[in-house]
Amino acid sequence: MTVLLLGEVDNGTLNMDATAKAVAACKPLGDIHVLCCGAEAADAGKEAATIDGVAKVLVAEDAIYGHRLAEPTAALIVSLAGDYDHVVAPATTDAKNILPRVAALLDVMVITDVSGVVDADTFERPIYAGNAIQTVKSKDTKKVVSIRTSSFDAAGTGNSAEVSDVATGDAPGLSEWVEDHVAESDRPDLTSAGIVVSGGRGVGSEEDFAMIEKLADKLGAAVGASRAAVDSGYAPNDWQVGQTGKVVAPDLYVAVGISGAIQHLAGMKDSKIIVAINKDEEAPIFQVADYGLVADLFEAVPELESKL
Amino acid sequence: MKILVPVKRVIDYNVKVRVKGDGSGVDLANVKMSMNPFDEIAVEQAIRMKEAGDAEEVVVVSIGVKQSQETLRTALAMGADRAILITAADDVHTDIEPLAVAKLLKAVVDEEQPGMVLCGKQAIDNDMNATGQMLAALLGWSQATFASEIKVDGDHALVKREVDGGMQSIKVKMPAVVSVDLRLNEPRYASLPNIMKAKKKPLDEKTADDYGVDVSPRLEIVKTAEPPERKAGIIVESVDQLVDKLKNEAGVI
Ligand SMILES: Cc1cc2nc3c(=O)[nH]c(=O)nc-3n(C[C@H](O)[C@H](O)[C@H](O)COP(=O)(O)OP(=O)(O)OC[C@H]3O[C@@H](n4cnc5c(N)ncnc54)[C@H](O)[C@@H]3O)c2cc1C
Ligand SMILES: Cc1cc2nc3c(=O)[nH]c(=O)nc-3n(C[C@H](O)[C@H](O)[C@H](O)COP(=O)(O)OP(=O)(O)OC[C@H]3O[C@@H](n4cnc5c(N)ncnc54)[C@H](O)[C@@H]3O)c2cc1C
Repeated sequence: MTVLLLGEVDNGTLNMDATAKAVAACKPLGDIHVLCCGAEAADAGKEAATIDGVAKVLVAEDAIYGHRLAEPTAALIVSLAGDYDHVVAPATTDAKNILPRVAALLDVMVITDVSGVVDADTFERPIYAGNAIQTVKSKDTKKVVSIRTSSFDAAGTGNSAEVSDVATGDAPGLSEWVEDHVAESDRPDLTSAGIVVSGGRGVGSEEDFAMIEKLADKLGAAVGASRAAVDSGYAPNDWQVGQTGKVVAPDLYVAVGISGAIQHLAGMKDSKIIVAINKDEEAPIFQVADYGLVADLFEAVPELESKL
Repeated sequence: MKILVPVKRVIDYNVKVRVKGDGSGVDLANVKMSMNPFDEIAVEQAIRMKEAGDAEEVVVVSIGVKQSQETLRTALAMGADRAILITAADDVHTDIEPLAVAKLLKAVVDEEQPGMVLCGKQAIDNDMNATGQMLAALLGWSQATFASEIKVDGDHALVKREVDGGMQSIKVKMPAVVSVDLRLNEPRYASLPNIMKAKKKPLDEKTADDYGVDVSPRLEIVKTAEPPERKAGIIVESVDQLVDKLKNEAGVI
């Protein structure tokens, strides 16, 4: 059995962490072929070939795959899918956009955000904001699956799999990229960082959110936020952790001024160590925290920062 | 232009869900159900587009058990013009998979010919995040997922999307399927007079059979389990103690 895995390629660069975690998840499913597509994808393809467990890399380089618009990318995957039993991708926003389209074109159900692979037909996935884990068995002949990367350790590197080009398709002409609004940052990526410091509504303002960022920088950490902090404009949307934001599982997660709503917990409760700083000793976040500090964050955070 | 908004009846987001003892699923009997929060945002958007003159009619559709009628009435009270209920299950525990929902929605689209379908990015029960994309595929339409801004411009729509790296703007050809994200708008509350008026708005009742769509699931639920429980740790007395624990006990800094 063979797996077609959509590598996560962002503007020509391979997202190694997400791709290598998806490769690790697919190991029990058979040979893994990684597809790298984009306006530029050759370098990403070479990098994907170094991931242990990859049997082959397919490169589709064409301007129509730039910015990974769903319509041309899904059509490309469908054109290749005939040879495969599984079509898989890490559950990034790109894959969440593309894979259900692929599945519908193949007339199969998509199985999203898989946190465990039981066998070739059977998968575990969290539902209800992670309050239940469902094991599902697919009756479809082909399985289209996205992988919750925080549930898997990345496959190693050192491999040198064969790389070949695949035929590209025609532009469906349904959508066009206009622009990206991406903030440049030297901080580690939120979904792969070893440490995440997150701020919530308790931080109170965009200005004071700088305190959270300062603590994060001292720890070499990524910065996260609750939905309330994002909705209030203290933090950008791509920092949101939770059921409907990003799912993270770092070695250390520091929640500052976050109450611990289930929708937030859904995105961070698999972290190895959780620290909560909150002035309300009744806050539900303390029920999942390894170390809780009942304190005013405006005093505790600068003090913590100075003592690290 | 007509806008079609699919709305799903889900467990209210404030309810703590309980996994049934026999592992067959989540207990939905006698719990509070509401409109999927993302779908409230989609309904709100459609109404605002109508108010702005970009749309003439807002049609809402729900697929599931008969009780989904309440969800449709809520959407009508918010300001949608009419509703379609497609009964496809008798038991509240039966959920219809996104592929089947998308096939039914395609049949509705074929009949109604909307210029845009506005759906939620994900339903908060199964968290599949799939239906809109599947519908776009079946229709051969363009898709714009995770929208946080929508501007209609002639035969195109300009959509700002929430993506992993930040935001992406794309231009999609209409008709299109657009799935909405949290920050598109703040849904209005239905006023009492509007709730009364909604009772008189048209609500068409159909069944999955009327559309000849097979809704039998492709995924079999083997079991539903509680996630591993995380135990509360300790409350530290001071920042000094916290730093000490992180360094010497947890070894994470
Ligand atoms: C459909 C839907 C999806 C959602 N998705 C997400 C999601 O993905 N992620 C997410 O995070 N939320 C999500 N939510 C929102 C979630 O339900 C909560 O509203 C949100 O997480 C609350 O954010 P918060 O903890 O920052 O704010 P609050 O609940 O207001 O908590 C603020 C906390 O700060 C503390 N505090 C205040 N001042 C201080 C101080 N000076 N010092 C110390 N502590 C202080 C307070 O004691 C309080 O506990 C979603 C909700 C819905 C309906
Ligand atoms: C693990 C698993 C096992 C399952 N097993 C079964 C099974 O045995 N039997 C069975 O019947 N189903 C089964 N299902 C189907 C399932 O319970 C849900 O119906 C399906 O996953 C819908 O996903 P979602 O609601 O998360 O859709 P999403 O794709 O997240 O929904 C996105 C948007 O689509 C629209 N939408 C979705 N559903 C509807 C609807 N019904 N009416 C109107 N608009 C809608 C809304 O606008 C919504 O915001 C299973 C699902 C999962 C995940």
